[in-house]
Amino acid sequence: MCCVICWRAAASTAWAVLLLGPITAALVILGRFSLFHPIQTISECLSLLTSASAVFSLILLCGVILMIGFLNLEYYTVIPTIACSKIALLGQLLHPRQLVNSAVHCVMGIVVAWCCAITIGGRYETLGYTCPQSDGDSSSQMCLNEYHLILLLAGAFVGLSYSLLGVIHNMNYISFHTVQQYKYLRFKGALPLVVKCSATQALYSIRNFIVVYFFLGYIPKILCLYMNKQTIAGLLDLSLVYHLWISASFLLFTWHITLVLFRIFVTELYSFPVQSSFTEDAHQCLAKVLNEKQPMILKFLALQDLALLSQHSPSRRCQVFSLSQPGGHPHNWNAISKECLSMLTDLTQRLVAYHDTVATNGRAKSLSTGSERKTSSETSVTSGTEDLMSPRPTLLMKTPASVFARSVVGTPRTPLTAPFTPDLDSPFASPALRRLTAPVEQCSPWFGTVQSPHVKNFLAKRVLIMYLFNKLPEASSQALFADSQAHIWALEGLSYLVQASFSEDQFGVVQTALPSILSCMLVLQEAVDRHFKLPHASSKPVRSTGSMGDSTHKTLRFALRATLKTAIYRITTTFGDHLNAIQMSAEHRKRLQQFLEYKE
Amino acid sequence: MCSLALFPPPLPSGQTTLCESNNELLSGTTTEDQLKQSLKLHSRTESSSKAAFLDHSETLWMRSCLYILSCALVVPKWLSMSSGCILALLQKVSSFHGSLFPHLTLSSEDMIAEFSQVLNWSDCVVRAFAWHPHTDKFAVALLDDSIKIYNPKSATTPTLKHRLQRSVAAVQWKPLCASALAVACQNCLLVWHVDPCSLSTRPSSGCAQVLSHPGHSPVTSIAWSPSGSLLVSASPMDTAMMVWDVASESCVPLQRVGGGGVSFLSWSPDGSHVLASTPSALFRVWETRMWTCERWPCVKGRCQSGCWSPDGSRLLFTVQGEMVIYALTFTDTPGVGLCGGPQAAAVVADLSETTFNTPDGDIIVGGEIQSLAWDSTGERLAVLLKGDPHAADRPAIIAVFKTRTSPIFELLPCGFVQGERGAEPRLMQFHPSFQHGALLTVCWSSGRITHVPFYFLSAGVPHCGLSGSPSLPRPQTVPADFANQSLFTELMS
Repeated sequence: MCCVICWRAAASTAWAVLLLGPITAALVILGRFSLFHPIQTISECLSLLTSASAVFSLILLCGVILMIGFLNLEYYTVIPTIACSKIALLGQLLHPRQLVNSAVHCVMGIVVAWCCAITIGGRYETLGYTCPQSDGDSSSQMCLNEYHLILLLAGAFVGLSYSLLGVIHNMNYISFHTVQQYKYLRFKGALPLVVKCSATQALYSIRNFIVVYFFLGYIPKILCLYMNKQTIAGLLDLSLVYHLWISASFLLFTWHITLVLFRIFVTELYSFPVQSSFTEDAHQCLAKVLNEKQPMILKFLALQDLALLSQHSPSRRCQVFSLSQPGGHPHNWNAISKECLSMLTDLTQRLVAYHDTVATNGRAKSLSTGSERKTSSETSVTSGTEDLMSPRPTLLMKTPASVFARSVVGTPRTPLTAPFTPDLDSPFASPALRRLTAPVEQCSPWFGTVQSPHVKNFLAKRVLIMYLFNKLPEASSQALFADSQAHIWALEGLSYLVQASFSEDQFGVVQTALPSILSCMLVLQEAVDRHFKLPHASSKPVRSTGSMGDSTHKTLRFALRATLKTAIYRITTTFGDHLNAIQMSAEHRKRLQQFLEYKE
Repeated sequence: MCSLALFPPPLPSGQTTLCESNNELLSGTTTEDQLKQSLKLHSRTESSSKAAFLDHSETLWMRSCLYILSCALVVPKWLSMSSGCILALLQKVSSFHGSLFPHLTLSSEDMIAEFSQVLNWSDCVVRAFAWHPHTDKFAVALLDDSIKIYNPKSATTPTLKHRLQRSVAAVQWKPLCASALAVACQNCLLVWHVDPCSLSTRPSSGCAQVLSHPGHSPVTSIAWSPSGSLLVSASPMDTAMMVWDVASESCVPLQRVGGGGVSFLSWSPDGSHVLASTPSALFRVWETRMWTCERWPCVKGRCQSGCWSPDGSRLLFTVQGEMVIYALTFTDTPGVGLCGGPQAAAVVADLSETTFNTPDGDIIVGGEIQSLAWDSTGERLAVLLKGDPHAADRPAIIAVFKTRTSPIFELLPCGFVQGERGAEPRLMQFHPSFQHGALLTVCWSSGRITHVPFYFLSAGVPHCGLSGSPSLPRPQTVPADFANQSLFTELMS
C-alpha cells in the first residue's frame, strides 16, 4: 500500500521536472532582458537555449528537482509539529534531521544559483577572470569574480532560509482540502499564489542576504588570496539586485511548484475497496487500512475515503452495511465503527487529561516527558521524525520538546515519570541541581507556566530564558488538536453512515452501535465545550497570507467543534423521536434533548 | 397549456388570500385588529448624512494620477505625459471592460438591487428573510441594516447589528445547526452565532465571524450546503465563486472565465448541484463532488431566479426578458458526472400577460418573473411576478402552482396570493419544515410579513389518522373547477 504514496510522489516530481523547461525559458528571457535591444535579447536567448552549457545546467536543475521531490517525500507529515515555546522551535531548527535538511537545501541552492549564473551569463558566468595587474605589470593574474560569488552565496542563503522558514511555517505539513477538485484545476488555482509567494519571499531573502553580506562579506576576501580589490559599494548596483532577485525567485518558484504538486498528488482521493473477493487483497480493504497505524498518510486517505463514500456513494455504503457470507457478521461495519469510536474516545481522553492538568496548575510534570512514546504512537504520533530517533534514546535529553509535543499532551499519567516527581518537590534539592536532573522537563512545552512556583521564580530572573521558555498562547491548544482532521472525517463518516442507515441498513447492523456512537459523541462534545472555555482556546489565530505554509492546523479545533455539532444534529434530525427508545444515561438524554429541540 | 388564463381570477381589492384548504384558496377581508406589528418603524435609514459629502467615483490610484497631472508645472514633462497616457489607457481598458459587462459600472447598492431576489430591493423595508431549516424561527434583515430574529418559543427577539453589516442582500441559516446565520453584506460575509438559549437582545459583534476575500464584494447571494459543511458566496464583481469552510474561515475560489461575475446561487436540496447564474446570458450548474461545472448559455438574458425540486433532480429557472419558466432534469448517475445531464431546457409554464375582468376593472397579470420558490414537499410552486410599478392595473402578484414531481412532472394552477389594498409582494419563502402542507411567507411593501398556509396531504409522506386538510371555520362557496385543468405535464412534451 505504501507504494501508492511513492508513485504519487514520483508522478508529482515528474511533472515538476517537465515544468522546469518553461520556467527556465522564462528565467532566460527575464535574466537577459534588455529594454533597448529587444531583438538582440531574443537572438541571444535562442542561441543560449541551444548551447551545451544550457543543456548541462538544465540536467543539473532536473537533478535538483528530483532531490527536492525526494526531500518532500522524506520530510512530509500529515500531523503538524507545533512548537509550544520559543525554545521548542529553536530545538526543532537545531534538530540533527533538520540540520541535514538545511545543509542539503543549502547545497541545492548553490547548484541552482550556479545554473542561474550560467543562464544569465555576462559578468556572472565564471568564478575567476583574468585581471591586469594594477602596478603596470603586463602579466595578467586570475582574480575572483565577486558577482559570481555573490550569486552563489545568495543561492546558498536562500536555500537555507527556505529550509528554516519551512520549519517555522510548517511547510512540510500536508493538509487535506474540504473541497475536492481535479488535480489540474487545483494546480491552476494554486499557481498565482505560488508566483506571488516566491516573488515576495525572494525579495525578503535577498534583502536579508544583502545585509548579511554587507557585514560578513569580508570573510571570503580574507580566505581568497587572489581577491580583487573591489569594494562592497557595488552592492547597491540595481542590475545586480535585480539578477539576484530573479534567480532567487526562480529557485523558490521551482521548489514551491515541486512542493505544491507533491501536496496535490498525495492528498488526492484514493478509493479503497470496502471488501474484496480475494483474501490476498484483504490488506487493501478500507477497514484494514483504517486499523493500521503506519504510515499515517494511508490512514488519513482511508478516513477521507470513508467520509466521502458515506456521503456520496450508496453502493459502497451498502457494502459497509452488508453481512459476511458465511456467519452473517457485519465485519465491515464493526471494524469501521470500532476504529472511528476509538479515535474519538482517544481525543476525549486527551482533552480531559489536558483540562485536568490545566485545572491543577503546577502538577503538569507527570505528564511532560518524552519517554512515553509507546502510548503516544498508539494515539496519534506516527511521523517519520520519531522513527528516526527511536533507536537513539540518548538523544532524548537534547532533542526538542516540540517533537514530543503531541505525545506530551496526549498521554495519560504513567508511573514512568515518577522519579522526577519527588525530586522536584524535594525542599533540599537546589534549583541548579533540579535543572540538571530534569533536562527533559525544561523542554516541556508548558515550561514556565505550569512548573512549580519556586523553579519559576528562579528562572524569572533570567529574562532571556523566560522569553525562550514562555508558552506561546494557544499553541498547546493547537497541538492538542493537531491530528483532528482524522477525527473530523471519523465524525463525518460515522454520522453520514448512521443517517443513511435509517433507510438503507437492511439488517439493522447500525442500530446496535447507535447508543455507543451517540454517547461517544456527546462525551466528546462535553469535553470540547469545556476545552473552549479555557483561555486562548477560542482565540482566533492570526491569519497568515502570502506564505506557502499551510495554516489549516491552526483552525482545526474550530472545524472539529463545528463538525461535531453538525454530526450530532445529523443523527438527531434523521432519527427524531425514535431516539427516545435508545438506552442511555439521564445526563446524555438531557443533552440529546437539547439537540432535538435545536437549543445547542 | 401554458397560460395564466386557467387561473381563477384575482381577488377584488380589499380581499386578501388567507390560506388554501380543500384544494381551494380562501380569502377574507383584513381587519385592523389583525395588524400586529409593522416593520415600517425600522425603515428609517441611518445614511442621511450622505448628502453632506462629495461622491468620489475614482479610485485612489486614479486620483493620485490626476494629482500628478495637476501638478504638471512641478514634475518634468515626460513624466506627466507618460502618466497621462497610462491614465487614458486605464480608462480605455476599464470602459471596454464596462461595455462588455455593463453591470460593472453600477454602484454596489444598485448592483445588489439589480441582482437581488427581492422586488425593488432598495426601498424595501424587509431586505432579506430566512426561515430556520428545522425550527419555527426566522431572521429578517431590515432597511436600517439590522437583523431581527423571531422565535415563537422565546420571548426575546435578538437584534443583530455589526459595523460591517451594510446593505444586506441575503441571509440564510446554517442547516444542521441551531445558531449560525450567514449574512451577505456589501463588503463581506458575516456568520452570526446566536445562542438560542441566550436572553441577550443585542448579541455583541464578537458573535459574528467576518469572512472576506479581496475583490469579492458586494456579495449578492449565499447558499449553505444542505449538509451544513460548506457555504458558497457570489459577487457580480468577482468571476470566482467562493466555497467557504466557515469554521476555519478559509475559502477556495472556483474561477471560471466568462459571465463577468456570479449573481445568484441555489444549492439543490440533496446537495449534489449548485446553480450559479451570471450577470450575462449564461449560467452554470456545478456538481459538488469534484466541483466541475456545465455551462448553459441563454438566448435572451441572464438567469434571474431558480429553484430545485426536493430530490434535486429538477431545476426550474427563469430568464430575464422572458415570461416563461424553464425546467432542466438531471438524472443522477454516480460516477458518470454530468454526462447524464439534459441537452436542452424545456418550457414548462408560460406566464405571458393575461387580462382578468374583475369588479374593480380589468387587471393584467403576468410578465417577467422576479423569483421562484418551491416548497420542501415539492407540491407548491410560488412565482413572484414583477408587474409594472407605474401602471395601476398591472400589479406585482404571486401566482401559485400545484406541482407533482413523480412519477411525471406536472404543473397545475392553484391561484393568486394577494395582500391588502396597495401592498405589493416583495419577497417570499416557503417554510422548510411545515407539518400540514406548505407555508408561504410573504414580505409586503407595507413592511408586513404574512404567512399563507396551504393545507394538503403530501403524496410523498405517509399520514396516519389525519383525513383531509384541517377544517376551517368558514365554509366558502366553491369557485369554478379550475384545479383539475393541467397546465403542463411531461406527457404533453
